[in-house]
Amino acid sequence: MHLKLILMIITGIALLGCETTPQTSGTYTGTGSVSDSGGGGKDSSISSSDLASAIQGKRLGLGSQEDLVVNIGDRVFFETDSFQLSQAARRIVEKQAKWIKRYPSVKMSIEGHADERGTREYNLALGERRATAVRDYLIALGINPNRVRTISFGKERPVDARSVPEAWSKNRRSVSIVK
Amino acid sequence: MILLKMFRKLLQLVFFCVVVTFFIKPIAAQLRVDITSGNPQPLPIAVAEFFGSGPETEVLAKKITEVISSDLERSGLFRLIKRKAFIQDRSSLRVRPQFPSWRQINAQALLVGSAKTQPSGQIRVDFRLWDVFSAQQLIGRRLETDPANWRRIAHIIADVIYKRITGENGYFDTRVVYIAETGPAQKRIKRLAIMDQDGANLRYLTNGKSLVLTPRFSPTAQEITYLAYENDLPRVYVYNIDTGQQELLGDFPGMSFAPRFSPDGNEVIMSVARDGNSDIFTMDLRTREMRRLTRHPAIDTSPSFSPSGKNVVFNSDRGGEQQLYVMNTIERKAKRISFGSGRYATPVWSPRGDLIAFTKISGGSFAIGVMRPDGSGERLLARGFLTEGPTWAPNGRVLMFFRKNRGRSGRTQPRLFSIDLTGFNEREIPTPTSASDPAWSPSKP
Repeated sequence: MHLKLILMIITGIALLGCETTPQTSGTYTGTGSVSDSGGGGKDSSISSSDLASAIQGKRLGLGSQEDLVVNIGDRVFFETDSFQLSQAARRIVEKQAKWIKRYPSVKMSIEGHADERGTREYNLALGERRATAVRDYLIALGINPNRVRTISFGKERPVDARSVPEAWSKNRRSVSIVK
Repeated sequence: MILLKMFRKLLQLVFFCVVVTFFIKPIAAQLRVDITSGNPQPLPIAVAEFFGSGPETEVLAKKITEVISSDLERSGLFRLIKRKAFIQDRSSLRVRPQFPSWRQINAQALLVGSAKTQPSGQIRVDFRLWDVFSAQQLIGRRLETDPANWRRIAHIIADVIYKRITGENGYFDTRVVYIAETGPAQKRIKRLAIMDQDGANLRYLTNGKSLVLTPRFSPTAQEITYLAYENDLPRVYVYNIDTGQQELLGDFPGMSFAPRFSPDGNEVIMSVARDGNSDIFTMDLRTREMRRLTRHPAIDTSPSFSPSGKNVVFNSDRGGEQQLYVMNTIERKAKRISFGSGRYATPVWSPRGDLIAFTKISGGSFAIGVMRPDGSGERLLARGFLTEGPTWAPNGRVLMFFRKNRGRSGRTQPRLFSIDLTGFNEREIPTPTSASDPAWSPSKP
């Protein structure tokens, strides 16, 4: 059997580099450095005395992210695969709510994060739940919903990249960001 | 009949100028590797370096031979006999194989081919696969194309050989899209990357300014749907490979994620988070209408259509922890299918429809496994600290996934791997950077 066929050439596919819209991804990369002061433990940031925080607050700029990190605490931590706010977490969110009320122009973005021990897509959903848990509590404490949004990073932005329990507990967090 | 089937497949290869099939006698399949059984014995094959019509063509012929050999070798189904062992000299092989000399070195199959540059500048490649013991030709083809497409020629030849020997479609003329990772974990740069299944022709489709995750091919392999964090909003996009355009799907409040195309390419199924709760929706790509498939306070995500498009498998923690559920898209009643110990995630329906691949998390480590759509016959194929995100080769016989080993220092990196459905032949897929979230393309049209 002898068959012959002529087909037209279709020009090769030109894969052009994608032009993505520039965006401010740098906003979130700041959390890495923030963790140096806040990541040591949830209690360290809230143990500073009121006097000290007032002094620092002046130096840092009231209503700024630094102010929040140093004087209030920008993050709360979660148990594995949970989005329940612990007693310690509630105390921090309560302080955050008071602080937010003090600065009416401030808008907040609550980042939700997960540790690496879950699948990527599930952890995105889990991070969203965690951020929403913080947002819901802020709203329950009287914050206008329009001032607080959420964003989930799942397991994409760990503060500690090690695969050890200590790192995982630091990474299961929400971080409140002044926008 | 075999000829006609093959031919119909080749008809779709509009890439080529001329495709000529010749001298194919339908003969009894004596040479066969059964790839459904445990660990098949690799078939000893002699691949003679393809002849070239001139010095330049010879270089190209050599490269084509290398790509074919590498495809066959990596499949785990062939054992390539070293050229040093060949007895017949090259000049006489050009005329006709002396089969006793190939039998002597225990070759069961022999591949001989040649490349010729045409006056038009096109390259014409002929090859014949011989059954050494019966001294009969198993298959032969002639392919003609632009020399720039020489890699595709090689992959198509490897696919023809794979199909002739196994009875299954080959998967060498395919591509893989994945996420290329660079930089420290705390501020990882992730870019959409596309390459041939063997790692060649790598291109980056995004510049890394936005975080991108979980790319998946459309059924035509011309579009990719994925998650991108543009303007601080994680949402589902479609990237057109031809035009380089990226289009937002569903401009609604809240995060949309975990996208996949429907088998007919008319819909994208995804999760949408509203007030913190993730449910599953489909979007009609023409009307942009959203249709809700789940309404549950649990996390419902990672949906994947069955090849018929009638069913969807997804993972949900509605029972307390992540498990797999199958739902008919009309009745929308979810039925749990995973019942083993541990959590089950990222289900992906095989293109053949017979199996669902998944990620299983138990005892502090991950595994890639498969089960039947009714949940029976669970089998784990690959393990590792973080071993996640299976994707099927278009023939449903090979899976790709990514793995990151446990790093107490925080410096271990994810890499891509492939493994046969049999659980054998695990191979790392070479990528210049760390890599995750692979998605295998359908067969090229």
